[in-house]
Amino acid sequence: MRLLKTSIVAATLALTAGSALAQGIDDPTREPYYSSFQGKRVAYVPVAMGFDLTEGWAIGLKEALEPLGVTFDIRDPNWSTDAGAQAITSLIAEKPDVIVVHNPDVQSYARLLKKAEEAGIYVVQVNMRSSYSTDAFIGADYVGMGEQIGERLVEKCSPANGGSGKVAITQGVLTAAASVYQMQGIDNVLSKHPEIQLVSNQAADWDATKAKNIAATVIQQHPDLCAITGFWDVMDVGTAAAIKESGKDVYLLTQGGGNKMACDGLNNGTYSEVVVYFVPGQARDMATMIKQMLQLKQAPGTTKTTLFTPLTFLTKENMTPSSCWSLPGQN
Amino acid sequence: MQIFGRLSQEQIVFGLAMLLCLAFAAALPGFLTTNNLLNLVRSVSILGILGVAMGLVVIGRGIDLSLVALMAVSVAWTLHLVAGGMPLLQALAIGLAFSLVTGAISGWLVAYVEIPAIFATLAMGTLIYGFGRYFLFGLDVVYMPEAAQALLWYGQGTLFGIPVPIYMFAGVCLGAYLFLRYAKSGRYLRAVGDNLLAARITGIPARPIIVLQYVLSALIGYTAGIVTAASVASMNTRVAISTYVYDVILVVVLGGIGLSGGKGGIRNVIVGTLLIGVLLNGMTIMDIQYTVQSVIKGIILLTAIVIDTILNPRDEQTAQQGDI
Repeated sequence: MRLLKTSIVAATLALTAGSALAQGIDDPTREPYYSSFQGKRVAYVPVAMGFDLTEGWAIGLKEALEPLGVTFDIRDPNWSTDAGAQAITSLIAEKPDVIVVHNPDVQSYARLLKKAEEAGIYVVQVNMRSSYSTDAFIGADYVGMGEQIGERLVEKCSPANGGSGKVAITQGVLTAAASVYQMQGIDNVLSKHPEIQLVSNQAADWDATKAKNIAATVIQQHPDLCAITGFWDVMDVGTAAAIKESGKDVYLLTQGGGNKMACDGLNNGTYSEVVVYFVPGQARDMATMIKQMLQLKQAPGTTKTTLFTPLTFLTKENMTPSSCWSLPGQN
Repeated sequence: MQIFGRLSQEQIVFGLAMLLCLAFAAALPGFLTTNNLLNLVRSVSILGILGVAMGLVVIGRGIDLSLVALMAVSVAWTLHLVAGGMPLLQALAIGLAFSLVTGAISGWLVAYVEIPAIFATLAMGTLIYGFGRYFLFGLDVVYMPEAAQALLWYGQGTLFGIPVPIYMFAGVCLGAYLFLRYAKSGRYLRAVGDNLLAARITGIPARPIIVLQYVLSALIGYTAGIVTAASVASMNTRVAISTYVYDVILVVVLGGIGLSGGKGGIRNVIVGTLLIGVLLNGMTIMDIQYTVQSVIKGIILLTAIVIDTILNPRDEQTAQQGDI
C-alpha cells in the first residue's frame, strides 16, 4: 500500500513537473535583445577590401550581425584616403547606427570621426587607430607589440646570446598607426640596448617588391645581419624572398592577422616568427561592442572603450592546426 | 658650352649616373662590389623591362598608361587560375591571350576610334583593374600557388652567378633593339612616331602599326609581370592603382626618348633605368628616410631635365606639336 502511495505521488509530481517544462518560462531579456537590433545599420569603411584582414573582419561582422536583422554595408575606398573620407562624409549624412572604421593613418579621418559621433553615430575603430578616440577601439596594442618585438630582437640578436647585434626594420607607410606606435615601442626597448645596432629602418609602402629590394640591399651591405622585422606578413613575402636569395641565415620576424598564409609561411620557412593578432577574435570583439552599444543606447561619444587584442608569437614549433584561419574558398 | 652642346640627354643622364656611382663608391664601402652591383641591376630590371615596353609605344608617339594595370591583372589572373587547378601552361596561355587581346583593344581605340592615347589608355587601365578585381579574382594580393613554383626561377634563380631577372631584362632589350633596327614593322613604328601623316602618304599601314605598339607593350608587360610575380612569389594588384606607371614613364623620358615620338632607342631606356637603380641603391645603403628619398629623387630628375633643356633647346617641331 505504501509503495502504491509513493508511486502515485511520484507520478503526479513527475506529471506536473513535465507540464511545467512543456510550458517553459520566457527569458525576459530576449525581446529587448532582439528588438534593439531590428532595422539597425552598420557601415564598414576599411582601407581596402580584398586582403585577409579586412575580408576577415567583414565576414566576422556579417556573421555576427546579419542574423539579428542588422544591415551590414561595406564602403570600399580601395587604398584611397580621399575616397574613404568621402565615404565617411556621405555616411554621416545617411546616419547609419554604427560606423566601423579602419584608419589608413592617424590624422586623415580624425575630424570626420568626431563629426560622426556628434551626429549620433557610434564609431568603432579597428586595428589602426586615429588620433581621435571614439566609442570603441579594437586592435593590437602597437606600442606594447613594438616593445615585445624589440625584446625579441634583443633576445635573438644580442651579442651576449651569440648574435651579431645588427637588425633591420621594414615599416609599411610611415604615418600608419601600425608604424608610428610600433616604432615608439621598438625604440623604447632598443634605446636601452646599445649593443643592438639598427642598420636600416625603411618604409616599403606595404608592397612586397619594395620590401624585397630594401632587404636585398641591406643584407648585401651587412652580410652578418641578424634579424629583420617587417610590419606585415603580406609585404614580407618580399623580404623573405630576398633572404632566401642571399642564402644567409637572417631571422625574419613579421606580423599579421593570422591568416592561413602566415602558418603556411612558417611551415615552409618563409617566416621565422609571426606576431599574430587573431582576426576572427577581433571581429567578434567588434560585434560584441556593437551589440553592447546598441543595447545600452547611450549617446555616442560618451564612453571610450579600448580592447587590445591578445598577441601570439607563432613559430613553427608552437603552432597548431588551429593557430590560423582561412577565408572562404582559400585552400 | 659648345662642346657640351653636342651631348644628348642620354649622355648627360649616363654621365650623371656614372658621377653618382663614383661618389657612392668613394663614400660607401661595399657599394662597388660585384654582388651589390648585381643586386642594383636586379632591383631595377623589372622597371627596365616595363621601360622597354613604354619606350616602344612612346617612340611610336603614343603612351600606355594601362601598362602596369594590364600586367598586374593578367598575371594575377594566371596565378588565380593555377590555384584553381588549371595546368600551368594553359593558365599562362590564357593570361597571355587576355593581355594581348586587351592590348589590341587599347590600340584599336587609339588607331581607329582616334581617341588620344593618353585618355584611351588611362580609361583602359582603370577598366582593366576594376574588371579584374570584380570578375577575375577577389583578392588584392594573389599568391603563387604550389603548382606554379616552376616559375619562381624567373624571379629568384641565378644562372652563372647572375640573377635571372637581369637576363630577362637583357633579353627584352635585345629583342626590342633588333625589332626596331631590323624588322620592317619596327622601322615603320619609328616612322609613324616621327611623322604620322608623312608615313601614311608613303604607304605605311599606320593604323595597324599603332595597334601593334600596344600589343607589343602588352606582351612585354606580361613578361615583366611574370618576373615580378616570381621574384616575390605573389602578385600585388595594388600596383595597378599606384604611381608605378609614372616611374616607368620617368625612366623612358629621363633616358631621352622624347614624348613627341620618333626619337630615341632602347639604349635610352637602359641609361634611365641605371640612373634610377644607382639612386635607389645608394640611398637604401645610406638608410635615408623614405620621404627624404623622394625629395632627392625629384631633385636629381629635375636637374637632368633642366640640363637637357639648356643644352638642347626645343626645336621648331616640338614647339609646334607639343610634348604629349
